[in-house]
Amino acid sequence: MENLLLMMAPLFSSKLLIVLFFGTLFGLILGVLPGLGPTTGGALILPFTMTLDPLSAIVLLTSIYCAGTYGGAITAILINTPGTPAAAATCLDGYPLAQKGEAGRALGMATVSSTVGGIFSVIILVFFAPLLAKLAYEFGQPEYFALAIFGLTMLASIGEGSPIKNLIAGAFGILISTIGKDFMTSIDRFTYGINELSEGIGFIPVVVGLFAISEMLTQSTTLDQVFKRVALKAVKLPSLSDYKLTWKTILRSSGIGSFIGVLPAEGGTVASLIGYSEAKRFSKNPEEFGKGSIEGIAGAEAANNAATGGAMVPTLALGIPGSATTAVILTGLIIHGVRPGPDLFREQPEFLYGIFGAMLIANILFFIFGFFGAKIFARITLVPNKILWPMIFAVSVCGTYSLSQSIIDVWIMLLFGVIGFFMRRYGFSVVPVIIGLILGELVEGTLRQSLVIFDGNWLMFLSRPIVVTFFILSFIALIFPLLKKKK
Amino acid sequence: MNNVQKQKRANKSSLPFFLKEEFKVSFIIIFISTILLITTFTFDIVPPILNRGIQPATFPKALLVLIISLTLLVYYLSTKKPWKLEKKLPKTFYFTLLSFVLFVIISKTLDFFLAISLLSVFVSYSWGEKRIIYLLLVSIVFPIIVFIFFETILGLRFPPGIITNIYYQV
Repeated sequence: MENLLLMMAPLFSSKLLIVLFFGTLFGLILGVLPGLGPTTGGALILPFTMTLDPLSAIVLLTSIYCAGTYGGAITAILINTPGTPAAAATCLDGYPLAQKGEAGRALGMATVSSTVGGIFSVIILVFFAPLLAKLAYEFGQPEYFALAIFGLTMLASIGEGSPIKNLIAGAFGILISTIGKDFMTSIDRFTYGINELSEGIGFIPVVVGLFAISEMLTQSTTLDQVFKRVALKAVKLPSLSDYKLTWKTILRSSGIGSFIGVLPAEGGTVASLIGYSEAKRFSKNPEEFGKGSIEGIAGAEAANNAATGGAMVPTLALGIPGSATTAVILTGLIIHGVRPGPDLFREQPEFLYGIFGAMLIANILFFIFGFFGAKIFARITLVPNKILWPMIFAVSVCGTYSLSQSIIDVWIMLLFGVIGFFMRRYGFSVVPVIIGLILGELVEGTLRQSLVIFDGNWLMFLSRPIVVTFFILSFIALIFPLLKKKK
Repeated sequence: MNNVQKQKRANKSSLPFFLKEEFKVSFIIIFISTILLITTFTFDIVPPILNRGIQPATFPKALLVLIISLTLLVYYLSTKKPWKLEKKLPKTFYFTLLSFVLFVIISKTLDFFLAISLLSVFVSYSWGEKRIIYLLLVSIVFPIIVFIFFETILGLRFPPGIITNIYYQV
């Protein structure tokens, strides 16, 4: 009861309501614009959050996350281009249905199923995050090391693309985290006499480079692409027969999305694909999938929004990001001096339940904005890339510079933009780099502290049951893609 | 269409191995990783009394060996199943890349604001925008708004330069 009251706190704070309003609006705009999205948008907005108190800052980032994930569906349905990768499965049926003159119906179903999926996942978050945090009380350094390894292997196996390439990208991310002074001995590593590198490479230059700048380079290669937007009169609430047809799909996909979200991987994208394929498997009319099935839209959209709450579970309970966007949120927490993990649940419940409540409200807000404003948001896609991207560049440069007022950070951002472009071109996902960078210090720190505890005996890792469990799970995660391929 | 694809694949498979993209990418990763691995041998060694678990160089060394091994595996797998063909990069990509280089040079030597402004107009123009009003919008109006916003809201002080100095009345 007390926690429920804490969750309601954002409703009674005009400041938080304003933050939620703008966060949702901004998230929707980011979600609608192909190439941008909640991860890049969150990274761009991080410097601005420094002017806010910690709760408002995280509320802003989470509302961008929830609304941005939904916003991708608008573009997927109206121009057959997913606004965010998580909306890729929505294109399959959303656009064909829109072409049949039922864009309003398609968007209505996407809006309702996204909202249900999002709210479902917040309920999962409220119940499971404290349980996971309680479990994490038992964790020592070796357990955290094994958990971080498990997170990285899961990311490699469940994430998009080749698992081996994902592992290379994850290792690259961890390697970046080793640049600068060694945090235990203060010995310089990979600094090459450059003073600015002694502090290490910041998260913002890397994330803005890998997402925003590499996307700018990608956009420079696709300028001949012409978007054809399907006309939209108004968003229609689903009819009773649509509800009857889809309620089971929405609930199933909400469960799938929440579960996939909890696993440390690129939650939304994978969740929507699984949600979509499961909707097809259980459907009485599977032949309609790909031709404008309303069940297909519901399956994909409920799952990708359900992954948002799921991905927040390990982020808040363990400090292990469940996706690229939650890695940005985790950075937001850290730069505001909030250390996620079990202690946060004990020491600052009002902070945590405030976030849960804000996510709940954000899901309701994007329903309202989406329902009444989809037509306006759809117009944003008409802003030509040749005007939009130079503007995004200006914001990226100033945002990156603002954090430590260092021009080197801007150059690092550009360098990672080029690296990110070529990584994506040759099938290396950039998400593991971000997660690796975030987890790098945890992996190395816990490994070294564990070895101190074990007096240098590596075999002692195997004497801890939780560590062994995580190692076995990591092994399964690594061989899972091979087994799947053989099948 | 199918024939064109097959022809392209046939042309690709007839290339010597060192000209194939799989080799070039794997080579670059292994080459850079090897240089970094060599660098780790120059890291200071901590005396045993101060050493916490392992030497500071051990962890990066292990990571680099892992990256090199996995890249070799990726290359081996690519000989069995070649990567999909990528389109040739258009001129606009190289213009954008060149604009980044110009940005670095101008921001270092002349002015940060000027660098953003010139990059914006250069990118926008090379991407096909020819209307003066829009070019002015992206190169002058918008950067000014962003500058003022960051300066007033975040209290940011931009690095000195020929234009920024005029603004700060230095």
